[in-house]
Amino acid sequence: MSLAGFEVEVQRADADGGVVTEDMTLSMGPQHPSTHGVLRFVVRADGEIMKEAIPDVGYLHRSIEKISEKVGWHGFLPYTDRVDYVAAMFCNHGWTMACEAIAGIEVPKRADYCRVIADELCRLHSHLLSVGTMAMDIGAFTPFTHAIREREYLNDLFEELCGSRLTFHYMRIGGVGWDLPPGWTDKLSHFLDRFEPLIDEYDRLISYNKIFTERLGGVAIITAEEAIDYNLVGPNLRGSGIRYDVRKDIPYSIYPELEFDVPVGTGEMGAVGDCFDRYIVRMREMRESCKILRQCLRQIPDGPVITKVPRNFKPPAGDAYVRLESARGDMGWYVVSDGTAFPHRCRIRTGSFSAISIVQRVSRNLMIADLIAVIASLDLVAPEIDR
Amino acid sequence: MGLDAAAIHARLRERCGDVVGPLEGQGRNAWAVVDAARVKDVAHVAKSDETLRFDCLSNLSGVDYPKQGHIQVVYHLFSYALRHGFVLKVNATRDDPVVPTVSDVWSAADWMEREVFDLLGVTFTGHPDLRRILMPEDWPGHPLRKDFVEPQEYHGIPTSRESLLKV
Repeated sequence: MSLAGFEVEVQRADADGGVVTEDMTLSMGPQHPSTHGVLRFVVRADGEIMKEAIPDVGYLHRSIEKISEKVGWHGFLPYTDRVDYVAAMFCNHGWTMACEAIAGIEVPKRADYCRVIADELCRLHSHLLSVGTMAMDIGAFTPFTHAIREREYLNDLFEELCGSRLTFHYMRIGGVGWDLPPGWTDKLSHFLDRFEPLIDEYDRLISYNKIFTERLGGVAIITAEEAIDYNLVGPNLRGSGIRYDVRKDIPYSIYPELEFDVPVGTGEMGAVGDCFDRYIVRMREMRESCKILRQCLRQIPDGPVITKVPRNFKPPAGDAYVRLESARGDMGWYVVSDGTAFPHRCRIRTGSFSAISIVQRVSRNLMIADLIAVIASLDLVAPEIDR
Repeated sequence: MGLDAAAIHARLRERCGDVVGPLEGQGRNAWAVVDAARVKDVAHVAKSDETLRFDCLSNLSGVDYPKQGHIQVVYHLFSYALRHGFVLKVNATRDDPVVPTVSDVWSAADWMEREVFDLLGVTFTGHPDLRRILMPEDWPGHPLRKDFVEPQEYHGIPTSRESLLKV
């Protein structure tokens, strides 16, 4: 029989005692509350045990890479916000970094600090949503409301910074759109004072909650070799115990001047690379982001926030591949210029794309309910997969 | 710990011979053009060689160059073991682009090759599951080709509309 494009074969088997069981094929999604966007899985299950879950993506494909070839270098910047609208700053940053790499543009120091402040705030923003919805998907509703409460405060900070709360369009080729507004840094440090103790509160509330750890510990273990083979990035890679962070290993912007740790999974609730490790790495990264933000606030120099870039921007012919650490990890921008006012090609390699490709492999022999935990722990964001 | 581009290139030439073209570009973006038919052998060497150890395919992109008459497949390799990177480029003829798959060398290539197949129409021979990934199964053509013409409608759904600003 055929199920929405997938050939499905019904298998019958004699279980012990002569009971005949049949494989069941379910379509999970595209509209499903736990898939965080429009995303579908074809699940083949025997009772509650999954034999496999085949991801079916493309529902949110907006041809953003094609659009880049039509709208020009400056004009593409607002579109990059939509690549990953949960962490739009990183897409801004990636695109501007790629353009600057091709054209050889130096960014003023203060602009780099503004970018890193915006990036790290965005990381908090995204991780809060990630861990909050993860707890909710697994059945604990309260932590979600806590996460959203802090996120709301961050939204206000972003709104003051650049006028938007979700798709920021804050950065420009050569710098950032606006300097930090007067009094904004005080609000930010006030937020940090308030937020840092709250991370401990989350840990008490949910991280080491017995039900939560039992649901996550030892589930869907991804070994270090598998993670590298499938090109997992960011917290998913570090959850498997690999200490790799683009901010440390291929440093960009002002990260070499900042001190922070790179947390990795240690298998404290089961095995290294299980769902819990991926979750706890995000919690710890939030502390590191707070640390980075405090240093930025102390060190930020005065000066201009943008260099002069011609309106009719035509970078020399050539290509560049830049990598940056987004909330979902190593994000790659491969940009080709042919010397005209329009990019020849822009390829965006995102963390969620590689993360979802491993689902089929790790979902074997899990319970159906665990698929929800796997999706949440990989922090899949559907628009970033499909672009 | 890691090698620079020149050393990586020299080692690849030593192991694979003239299949690997001359070193072009500089620094992190330095690349070498590889013979399309032999890219899998080079990939195997790049992954297994003790001094290279490219355990990760960081990015696989396709770029259409209609003037040169080819579609270029670009492999960004990275080594977590040694923390160095290199770029391989493969030119496939535009009329019938065929490149051997590297999905059995790096699993990450599986989906990325599907995407290049979907959007640029490159056939990766030996790929286990080469079907469209982002576009619908029955979509005509490959949208990222430069000469792609957007259809007027898809299953009765118009793909353009009159400007709302027109008075």
